[in-house]
Amino acid sequence: MRVDLAALVSAWPFLMNGLWFTLQITLVGVAGGIVFGSLLAVARLSQNRVLSGFATAYVNLMRSIPLILVIFWVFFLVPWAIGWLTNHGRPVAVGASLTIFTTFVLFEAAYYAEIVRAGFRSISVGQYSACEALGLSKLHAYIYILLPQAIRNVLPILLTQTIILFQDTSLVYVISATDLLGAATKIAQRDGRLVEMYLTVGIIYFVFCYAASQFVKQLQGRLSYGARP
Amino acid sequence: MSLLFETTPDGAGRYLDWIIDGLAWTLCLALGAWIIALVAGTLVGAIRTLPGGILPRIGRVYVEIFRNIPLLVQMFFWYFVLPELLPARIGMAIKQMDPPWGSFAPALICLGLFTAARIAEQVRAGLQALPKGQAQAANALGFDKRAMYRLILLPQAFRIILPTLTNEFMTIFKNTSVALTIGLVELTATAREINENTFRTFEAFGVVTIIYLLIALIAWQVMHRIEQAARLPGAASGKA
Amino acid sequence: MVKFSGVVAVLSLALVSALALAPSPSSAEGLGPTLQRIKDAGTITIGHREASVPLSYLDDNQKPIGFSVELCNLVVAKVKAKLGLPDLKLAYQAVNSSNRIPLVKNGTVDIECGSTANTITRQNEVSFSLIFYAPQFKWIALKSSGLKTTGDLKGKSVVVTQGTNTAQFVAKLNADKALGMKILQGKDHAESFLLVQTGRASAFMEDDILLAGLKATANAPDDFVLLSDSFPSDPYGLVISKDDPGFKQLVDETLRETMQSGLYDKLYTKWFESPIPPKNINLNFPQSEKLRELVKNPSDKAIGQ
Repeated sequence: MRVDLAALVSAWPFLMNGLWFTLQITLVGVAGGIVFGSLLAVARLSQNRVLSGFATAYVNLMRSIPLILVIFWVFFLVPWAIGWLTNHGRPVAVGASLTIFTTFVLFEAAYYAEIVRAGFRSISVGQYSACEALGLSKLHAYIYILLPQAIRNVLPILLTQTIILFQDTSLVYVISATDLLGAATKIAQRDGRLVEMYLTVGIIYFVFCYAASQFVKQLQGRLSYGARP
Repeated sequence: MSLLFETTPDGAGRYLDWIIDGLAWTLCLALGAWIIALVAGTLVGAIRTLPGGILPRIGRVYVEIFRNIPLLVQMFFWYFVLPELLPARIGMAIKQMDPPWGSFAPALICLGLFTAARIAEQVRAGLQALPKGQAQAANALGFDKRAMYRLILLPQAFRIILPTLTNEFMTIFKNTSVALTIGLVELTATAREINENTFRTFEAFGVVTIIYLLIALIAWQVMHRIEQAARLPGAASGKA
Repeated sequence: MVKFSGVVAVLSLALVSALALAPSPSSAEGLGPTLQRIKDAGTITIGHREASVPLSYLDDNQKPIGFSVELCNLVVAKVKAKLGLPDLKLAYQAVNSSNRIPLVKNGTVDIECGSTANTITRQNEVSFSLIFYAPQFKWIALKSSGLKTTGDLKGKSVVVTQGTNTAQFVAKLNADKALGMKILQGKDHAESFLLVQTGRASAFMEDDILLAGLKATANAPDDFVLLSDSFPSDPYGLVISKDDPGFKQLVDETLRETMQSGLYDKLYTKWFESPIPPKNINLNFPQSEKLRELVKNPSDKAIGQ
């Protein structure tokens, strides 16, 4: 089986464009996901039954269905929903990129919410009591005391979830988006260079994820304060 | 949800039949891959805890490769790339496999080995969490390596990691949807096909979403029962 | 003090939201929803295909080109004139056969310029412009397979692209003639063609012109052959939103002018009877009788209407 390196070289810029889109989705997904996820985690701990009920239902729903299904849902229905909400009577045009970013933030938030919730449970109860004793408002307590500790405690898990997010971005393939895998597929189909393209993309993903997971391992080592590995 | 009972365009039945077929493929793929994953994952996880030699390193390589490449890319490899890399006759024979087996077989192997890598890590963590005394006592009593793992270490390790295994079990049902990209008409693909034929997006995807929720619920219940049955009094794992 | 500024803040927020959420007033002529949306956004979004040679596909720089795309560019010129927006921006949205109709329906795409067949069922969801092309269904297969007619495909694996009228046609053909074919579905034409190239499917059915385009741009065009059987297919139209007769009129006017002025024939020759990118191959597909008739007497009726 001869491997055609020339095809790979000419395709490289297009692949890099795809990789850039993949990274964009990952960054937006992480930032939005952690913010929204933290909100959900806090909501779940709230005294307000409606709020905690909604947050719990949302997290459980998103974690029970496949990402591909969520991608299809958002892709076909979000424009309708926005149009309905803003009463324009017609759906508002939402581009593919924005749709994809929205999907990943909504989906990953549920997973980040569970991780942050575990983070909250890992904080000693004394912290909560001290906040109350000091008369801090709930908002201040969470933003300045509790959330930073929670996130620091589960940082390695958050990072691992981010690596999973990076891998999940490949699923935008189903809506013909041009991320790294989408770019490789388009070239593979156009030029018949299946083997070269998919092997290359596999290697690129591997390099990124392996480096990232090694980093997380090191981080875990440094955060462990001598606890058993 | 009257959609389910309307007749399909090829006149061969109702949309409900399509959904049942899709569900059947999802379940077969998930359960088949789960069995492969448990067997392979336990094996790899166990050999990673061996003291020395080449086996732990092979285990490490396996886990790193299968965990650091996205599932979709792995699916493409098994479906598109592998037949091209094999000798021409074997490659052609694979490609001539009738659908849907032509899609099911690679999906089964792919999902099985992918999940196995994740289970391997959990099994490894479980084995390493056991008190060292267990292995030492087994040695003192004259157990050979295989018997030690099979009768002493693994049963305890599994009880410890049951919560994470539950998570993995629920995840494998969701991951079956990735097989739609190589042509397996599982549940999510069925929703998309119904949508293409009727344009009733909300109903088509809504029904399938509810089915996935039910699957998740049942899967969780099953694992929960197993967890409770397997609980060792006084063991560290206790709660979920 | 705090209370008062709070009240002011809330009131202004409410006012701004009310203005933002209120339906935008349409202009004096009543532009209609599509044109209004285009005007508000300052952009017109064109849906295009990625591998429907020579009608709508990507060239080597991944830019959309093709016969349908050129017709759409004429429509865009007319929209610019009508709205008085010479700097109207053009946005391209890649679509495939699964999502082209939903994306026009939900307004993501203002006009789809591809290879979409006008059928009665689809007219329940969207509107079609005047017919601009009339293909037939054919099979493409590897020459080495030795297949000659539809009958040779009994019991074999064939592929169609999901969401196409072809998919429904082949399902029916399979049932009516009891061929026992196993039908695979590709995500788009390129993937379906790939399944034939790699030997996973024995044949791929699609409109003859699309197959000719795929064959011409393949790495080894002579490896493929179109089988002799042909079946009547549905004619192509540009896809636009259903409840907008004003926009449809604009699009139809553009096409009618093009057909009557001879520009249509020039464009046809450019894309179907001359070398085209990316490999400078000439498809050599002269206008069929049916198409000449439709150019002389334009119509937007689907088969059976």
